[in-house]
Amino acid sequence: MTSTTTTPQSATTAVALSGVTKVYGRGANAVLALDGVSLNVAPGEFVCLVGASGCGKSTLLNLVAGLDRVSGGQITLAGDANPGLMFQEPALFPWLTVDANVEVPLKLRRLPRAQRRERVAELLRTVHLADFGRKRPHELSGGMRQRVALARTLALDTPVLLMDEPFGALDAMTRDILHDELERIWSERKLSVLFVTHNVREAARLADRIILLSSRPGRIIYSTEVNIPRPRRIDSPEVAAIAAEVTERLRTEVGRHGQ
Amino acid sequence: MASDTLTSSARTDAEITGLDALEIAGRDKEVSRGARIWAATWPKLAALAIAVGIWQAVVWTGWKDPWALPGPGPVFADLADYFLSQALWDGLATTARRAVIGFAAAVAVGLLLGLGVSRSKVLRAAIGSMITALQTMPSIAWFPLAILLFELSEQAIFFVVVLGAAPSIANGVIHGVDYVPPLLQRAGRNLGARGLNLYRYVIAPAALPAIVAGLKQGWAFAWRSLMAGELLVVIAARTSIGAQLTYARDFSDAERLMAIMIVILVVGLLVDTAFGAADKAIRRRWGVLDQAGQ
Repeated sequence: MTSTTTTPQSATTAVALSGVTKVYGRGANAVLALDGVSLNVAPGEFVCLVGASGCGKSTLLNLVAGLDRVSGGQITLAGDANPGLMFQEPALFPWLTVDANVEVPLKLRRLPRAQRRERVAELLRTVHLADFGRKRPHELSGGMRQRVALARTLALDTPVLLMDEPFGALDAMTRDILHDELERIWSERKLSVLFVTHNVREAARLADRIILLSSRPGRIIYSTEVNIPRPRRIDSPEVAAIAAEVTERLRTEVGRHGQ
Repeated sequence: MASDTLTSSARTDAEITGLDALEIAGRDKEVSRGARIWAATWPKLAALAIAVGIWQAVVWTGWKDPWALPGPGPVFADLADYFLSQALWDGLATTARRAVIGFAAAVAVGLLLGLGVSRSKVLRAAIGSMITALQTMPSIAWFPLAILLFELSEQAIFFVVVLGAAPSIANGVIHGVDYVPPLLQRAGRNLGARGLNLYRYVIAPAALPAIVAGLKQGWAFAWRSLMAGELLVVIAARTSIGAQLTYARDFSDAERLMAIMIVILVVGLLVDTAFGAADKAIRRRWGVLDQAGQ
C-alpha cells in the first residue's frame, strides 16, 4: 500500500497514477487485478494501454473515472478534472434523441437552454452528425452511435478522455475513419487520452506512447514512445513495425501463462 | 503539409458522409396509416364475429331456455336500450369514479413499495417475495375481511382494489429498476448524474417500459377487484355497474345481465388498449419494436 503526497503540477501531468492496486473480493477469494501501476499522462498526450485478457485494463479506467475505488495507491487528476469515459458499446440512452443524449451532461451542469442548444449543435458538427440530431440511437449505424457517444462525452468539457476499446465492435473501414476523426478532435481540443485496446495496430496508429500490461495481476511490463509523424495511416510500414514489436512482447507475456 | 492535411480531412469528411448514407439507407419504411389501422382491426372484427356466431349456434341448439341464455339478437337490442337509459351512465359514473380513485391509490402504494424494495436490501429480503405471493391471492378472498373491517362501504372496495393492483405495480417497478443495464448507469454516473439525478435521468426512464407493463397488469387486477366488490358490496344509494349486474340476476333479467357484462368487458378492454398503446409508443421510441419486425 503506497501513497504519494506529491500532487502533480497541471502543466506537466494530466493524469497521475502512483502505485495503484486493486483487489476484488476478500480473504481466500481475493483477486489481485492491478498491482502497483504507476503512470503519468502528460497534457495533450495520447496513451494507449495494451494487454491480453485479464490485465485489468477496464478496471484501470473505472478507477481513473472514479466509478470504483482503489485498494492502494493514488490517482490524481490535474485540476480535479472529471474525466469522460467511453465504452465499447455506445451506451446511449435509447429513450432520447441524438440531440437529447448529447444534451444530458449539459443539463446536469445546469447550462441555460439557449447555450445548451448551441453546444449540442457545435458538438454534433464536430462528429459530422449535424443532420442527425432528431434521430433516435436505434436509427443509426454502430459507427454513428459511437460518434454520438463521443460528442456526449465531449459535452463534459473535460480535458481527459478515457476510452475502453471504443472501436472494438466496429468494422475495419468504419474504425479507420474513426481513428482519423479521433486524432483530429484530440489535437484540436488538446485532450489527454487514455485509450485501452487489445488491438496493437490500433495502438500504434493512435498513440504517442504505448504501455503494455501483464495479465493476472496487471502490471506495467513495457512502455514505448511512438514517434511516427501524424497524420498516420494504419497500413503504413512504420505503424506496422511498432505493432510487430509490441505484438512480440505481448505474445511472450501470453505464453508465460501457458506454462 | 498544411494543404495536405486539409485535403485529407476533406476526404475524411466525404468518406464519413458516404458511409453514413450507405448504412442508413433503406431503414425508413413508411406504411400508410389507414392500412396499418385496417391490418390491426380486421382480425379483431373477425374474432368477434366468430364468437357471436358460436353464441348464436349454442342458443339455436336449445341447450338452455331463452330466459337463461338469450341469443345475441335480444341482448344487443337490450344493450341499445341500455345505452340510451340514464341507468347506464349513472352506473358508469359511479364505477369509473371508484376505478380512478382505487387505481390511483394502488399506483401510489405500488410505486412507493416498488421503489422501497428496489432500493433497500432489508425491505427486499423482508417483503420482496411476499409481493408476488400477494398477487396469487384471489381478490375476492379479501372481501370477507374487508367487509368486517369497513362494513358495506366504498372503503371496503378500495381496500381490495389496492390490495389487488398494488403488488403488480410494485413488481413492475422492482423488475424495471433491477434490469436497468449497468452500462447505462455507469455512463450516467460518468456524465455527472449521481444520487437523485441518476434516478431522474437514467433509472426512471430506463425502467419505464417495465413500469408501464406493471400498470397494465395492475389495471386488470384493479378492474376485476372492483367488479367483485361491486357485486358483493351493494350500496343501495349508488347503483354502480356491478350493483346493476346483481339486480339483473335478482330479477332474472338475462338480456340486461348480458348487456351489462358486455359493458364491463368493453370498459376493461378500452383502458387496457390505452395502456397497450402507451407501451407500444415507448417501445417504438426505443427501437425495440423494429427488432420484433412489427
